Amino acid sequence: MIEVDQPALLLEVSGISKSFAGVQALRGVNLDVRPGEVHCVLGQNGAGKSTLIKTLSGVHQPDAGEIRWLGEKVTISDPVAALDLGIATMYQELDVVDGLTIAENIFLGHERSTAGVLHARNANRLATQLLTRLGHGEISPNTEVGSLSAATKQIVSMARALSRDTKLIIMDEPSAVLDSEEVNNLFRVVRELTSQGIAVVYISHRLEEIRQIGDRISVIKDGRSTANGLSVAETPTPELIRLMTGRDVANAFPAPVPIPADAPVLIEVENLGLRGYFEGVSFSVRAGETVGLAGLVGSGRSEILETIYGARKATSGQVKVAGKMLGSGSVQAAVRAGIGLSPEERKSQGLILDEPVFKNVTLSSFARFARGGLLNERRERQAARDQMVALELRPADPDRPARTLSGGNQQKILLARWLVHGTRVLLLDEPTRGVDVGARAEIYALIRSLAAAGTAIIVVSSEIEEVLGLSDRVLVIGDGEVLSTTNADEIDEPGVLDLVMKGSAA
Amino acid sequence: MSEQNNTVSEGGTATGSPGAPGSKPENTSAIRKLLGGSVGRNLGLVIALAVLVAVGALTAGDRFANIDNFLTIIRFASIIGVISIGATFVITAGGIDLSVGSVMGLATVVASLTAVQLAATQSSWLLMVLVALAVGAGAGFVNGIVIAYGKVVAFMATLAMLVGARGLAELISGRRTQIVNNQGFLDFTRSDFLGISILIWIFAIVAVAGWFLLNRTTFGRRTVAIGGNLEASRLAGINVKRHLVYIYVLAGLASGIAAIMMLGRTTAGTSTHGTLYELDAIAAVVVGGTLLIGGRGTIMGTVLGVLIFSTLTNVFTQNNLDTSVQAVAKGLIIVVAVLLQQRFASRGARRT
Repeated sequence: MIEVDQPALLLEVSGISKSFAGVQALRGVNLDVRPGEVHCVLGQNGAGKSTLIKTLSGVHQPDAGEIRWLGEKVTISDPVAALDLGIATMYQELDVVDGLTIAENIFLGHERSTAGVLHARNANRLATQLLTRLGHGEISPNTEVGSLSAATKQIVSMARALSRDTKLIIMDEPSAVLDSEEVNNLFRVVRELTSQGIAVVYISHRLEEIRQIGDRISVIKDGRSTANGLSVAETPTPELIRLMTGRDVANAFPAPVPIPADAPVLIEVENLGLRGYFEGVSFSVRAGETVGLAGLVGSGRSEILETIYGARKATSGQVKVAGKMLGSGSVQAAVRAGIGLSPEERKSQGLILDEPVFKNVTLSSFARFARGGLLNERRERQAARDQMVALELRPADPDRPARTLSGGNQQKILLARWLVHGTRVLLLDEPTRGVDVGARAEIYALIRSLAAAGTAIIVVSSEIEEVLGLSDRVLVIGDGEVLSTTNADEIDEPGVLDLVMKGSAA
Repeated sequence: MSEQNNTVSEGGTATGSPGAPGSKPENTSAIRKLLGGSVGRNLGLVIALAVLVAVGALTAGDRFANIDNFLTIIRFASIIGVISIGATFVITAGGIDLSVGSVMGLATVVASLTAVQLAATQSSWLLMVLVALAVGAGAGFVNGIVIAYGKVVAFMATLAMLVGARGLAELISGRRTQIVNNQGFLDFTRSDFLGISILIWIFAIVAVAGWFLLNRTTFGRRTVAIGGNLEASRLAGINVKRHLVYIYVLAGLASGIAAIMMLGRTTAGTSTHGTLYELDAIAAVVVGGTLLIGGRGTIMGTVLGVLIFSTLTNVFTQNNLDTSVQAVAKGLIIVVAVLLQQRFASRGARRT
């Protein structure tokens, strides 16, 4: 697909190093990008991907190493210099201005104007041309950006890159904010770009995506390149995981533990409904059983968990815990009955980030650590420390602020919170979001061992593979309804998607 | 940015070798912890206070630097101090209470009504105390209900209470000053214990109780948690609404206690008592190091903040300086303190 007469390399990075206040973020990273290719950069959280991007986009200056652009050695002194070379960056937190229109955003910083007077119509026409090049001529350039979905904002961001005669677009985990349908559309747009000779550096840690979109892969681990320009088609997944984590991850999902025949039903959801979100949801979970809810974003799966938990007040139906009715719309009642929720947004809904780990762990169990309203911090710390050892939560310092821990360890804090409380029913919403590959396997193993110890678990994830891998039984949710209930080993990912598509078409 | 955070915490993920992280920088981080923690921030306040005292001693000499004057400074700080302790809880929980001053005014008026004083003479002067506390707690309860259950933002709800309570106090008193003539009440509120004014003792007791409540009890832990992350607190099973009501009742109670002290000091109840106290209280709390956005509160800092402002006033008065100059100096202190606090907050969050 690559034209022979084009220069072999668009960008050549060799031996880039960068440190911040004594922390060595990059220690010798190499990368070479050809025109018109999708070059994936893979690495765990903290491997140095973002620092690399910021070096290429002129935000950071490397301490050592060399950047060559179209064969010539260059210094990218600031973001404007990067744009002038033809390198555009699409950050995760999209840098579009919500109050402006699409056209205004596209030409932000290089407005079409004469003596400071804007040419609105001209700008709109050019904006439409750019959007058409991306296969989205139907979007009106007059629309205010604040009203757009994350996916459409990304398209605006890409149109902006095109407006500057860009040769390379760096995308920092663009799929993190998208659902699977939007990801497919993003991939179509990326192919439009590459067919026009534009190269894309695609940052992600989702291996499935890289398989779909990538031409070549480079892997970074601990600030070093561990692989450079591997062919996506010829590199097996275990090899990539090994390059990324430095060890072999045999099987991400541990084998299920059989549920004893006499295991009691711990939670029964009967005909539960929340107007405008979902209706008629019924299922039960026995001790030691894991039930997964699979569905697309917006299908109502998170709302179902939140309603069971009482964070939203059900408009119909009921929940029973160990045979006892649970008052609707009361989190306190749910917690008292032994239900725990690990919410979708760990940082904004789960943790008090500036408080130490141990206070986050004991947040739901004051009754255990207080007498007459007086807290015993020594016992709190001890209980937290015990859980930290049991869950291999690192670093094992109960006084560290929760903010400073990695995603996987923050997830463990939430598990520890409910373990300390003695929770019997655990609701897990996106338990591995923002958790890197190595730590994921640990979380999966923990969930399994909790189930084996008799906890009833309900798990929701946007990664269908994860739901299938963790669950004994799977409920497929579409448009607020249960489309099917099956044993996890009787359905596969395409099967789930098939049901979801049919459901939303009906 | 996130990359750097992650890099620092990488030692804690699956790839890090156990034991290695943290051993080397322990020494420096312990010092940083000390300086960045409550000790360090209070140290800054203590230094600020010491500088003010030094300035006072240099400019006003013995008129300033004597025990009696120091006790005067603390006595003048005591009323606003009690209000500020209550405000510390509200602000730590991420709220704000603009009504503390006018609620105190209302409480002085109701407690010094002729009918109340008459009834107090027939029973006990403690009745006046109870009335003042009840008025404060009642106003706080209304604030709390409107904020927590009515979902009105705290700024607006307590602004309404500020205006409303002041108006009510004017209506009840007919804008007249009501003299306190209950001897028992005056004997108590104007008494000394160990040569120190009872007002100072009340302030000290409230401060110690506030410290204990904030740092050692589930009530305090919940307050910090709600201020740090309201949604996470709710999902952890804390009854956030009920707790918010408690917090505003607490702030109202503090205003009630302050009203008792004010009645004793001035021997009169009037609707103008406590005008602009809300701003003095917020200034003292924030200068003391409590985060205005909530999630971190310090009683010790609040006490020092109140003392700094009170000392400043005293230094200016002793030097016969204009109150306008004093206001300018006060403004400067607030800005500098908040600037320092922001730098601290961002350093604490980034940790690089």
